Amino acid sequence: MKKIINQVENIVDEMLKGIVKAHPDHLKRVEGFNVLVRKDAPVAGKVALISGGGSGHEPSHGGFVGRGMLDGAVAGEVFTSPTPDQVFEGIKVIDSGKGVLLIIKNYSGDVMNFEMAAEMAEMEGIKVDKVIVNDDVAVENSTYTTGRRGVAGTIFVHKIAGAAAEEGMELSEVKRVAEKVIANTRTMGMSLGPCIVPAAGKPSFELGEEEIEMGLGIHGEPGTHRESISSADEITTHMVEKILSDIPFDEGQEVAVLVNGLGATPLMELYIANRKVAELLEERKLKTVKTIVGNFMTSLEMPGFSVSIIKLDKELKELLEKTADTPAYK
Amino acid sequence: MNWPSVKDLANRLSNKKGDVILMNKEMFLKALELLSDRIIDSKELLNDLDTQIGDSDHGSNMTRGFTEAKKKIDMVKDKDFSTILKTIAMTLISTVGGASGPLYGTAFLKASMSVKDREVLVGEDFIKIHENVISGIKQRGHAERGHKTMLDAIIPAYEAFKESIEAGEDLKIASQKATDAAKEGMEYTKGIKAIKGRASFLGDRSIGHVDPGATSSFIIINAINDVIKEG
Repeated sequence: MKKIINQVENIVDEMLKGIVKAHPDHLKRVEGFNVLVRKDAPVAGKVALISGGGSGHEPSHGGFVGRGMLDGAVAGEVFTSPTPDQVFEGIKVIDSGKGVLLIIKNYSGDVMNFEMAAEMAEMEGIKVDKVIVNDDVAVENSTYTTGRRGVAGTIFVHKIAGAAAEEGMELSEVKRVAEKVIANTRTMGMSLGPCIVPAAGKPSFELGEEEIEMGLGIHGEPGTHRESISSADEITTHMVEKILSDIPFDEGQEVAVLVNGLGATPLMELYIANRKVAELLEERKLKTVKTIVGNFMTSLEMPGFSVSIIKLDKELKELLEKTADTPAYK
Repeated sequence: MNWPSVKDLANRLSNKKGDVILMNKEMFLKALELLSDRIIDSKELLNDLDTQIGDSDHGSNMTRGFTEAKKKIDMVKDKDFSTILKTIAMTLISTVGGASGPLYGTAFLKASMSVKDREVLVGEDFIKIHENVISGIKQRGHAERGHKTMLDAIIPAYEAFKESIEAGEDLKIASQKATDAAKEGMEYTKGIKAIKGRASFLGDRSIGHVDPGATSSFIIINAINDVIKEG
């Protein structure tokens, strides 16, 4: 394992220190906790948004803390959800009295730890509510499973619900908007190889030279199936078709697209994939009103990417187009 | 004349060499230390199992929690059973993270609530601990038996234990039966599909792999049994 790290146990702390040094105008750290909050937190009269999860997904989640997106981000150990006391501390620091919305990705650990934090906050008289992001179409959606994972589509939730909060909406309204985003966002991912979780020190899975993993998650957990590597266009087509067949998309529907790198795929390849995504959406007569390409929800050094598509109505489109000012999204 | 209280009597009885029907304070602390050490020693094994169907960190997370818990146990070892278990619970909740943190944290918290005012533990106490631990885990994780989770080791252990105690067998025998049942339950998870947790995202691909959570639960039950066995 070759990595630019010091002691494994200091990774998160040292990373957070580095983020704050890089973005002192946007962020500050809650002393003694692995929590980043807006420089001006708590923002008076505004519903606050908090998200978080394991580290290793940078710029998620600290990179989205700032005006128009998150008020706080909690960093767990690498790929491990943060503990309730950490989330609770974040909630306390960002709450201005208008309430706090927890944006949770659908993993048992994240859900349980954030729920425990919400219980702690309620005991202190803080108004909290939550939404659970589950945009991954690769996962079987059945009542007999934990449900779908939350992956890169979470960025749309941060952006659009963040704009709603910035506009002065009440907690229940911000939650309604967030849930509408979740209901209309779908993501599919793939990878060319594993990543190495520092504490484990070895690859998260093994892939043959000619193999790719389709439908994998953002923690190096195995995907739905393996296949032989094919061209960028074939891979992209497979992913977009999987998304478009999951919910009805009518001709003329306005959408936004996120082509997200998992950490080790060059922008060159992401743009090649995006070219094909745009072509496929045009063929389906869908109107792409915004395209975002880059590394937003990564999986350490994993090569691969995901495609997220969100169906927009007037409200979601307007909120998506509002300006945001965060380290990783402007 | 001062008659010894029932608790005092029980404590003295349990200290007699060869008497294994009770767990006294000394055994209790020994069990906690041993189960912590066994979890820490199993770091690689648990990480490897988690690599198959999860995200490779169950061993690392549990090791972080129990390393910290061991230090805290040392600080509160003179306190009562309930306080010691509660200290472990809070330590696990605030250090483990992932799904294991809230689940094992809740388990130890429920165990702590089950032994208030106890100075020795008898078979009935272990039944009560099991029952509260199981209901706590179910509530926190929204899981049931057969979902390929820690419950698949703990519930069979509880059933075997209860049956044995109710049949009048002593703690040593009941504990061994519970451990055997936990092991069987752990092995059973290999053949079933995950319904809960990250492994459920794999669907049928989760079949053929032993659940890491059921494994860590077996390790804990087995460690407690080893202390009870020695008396």
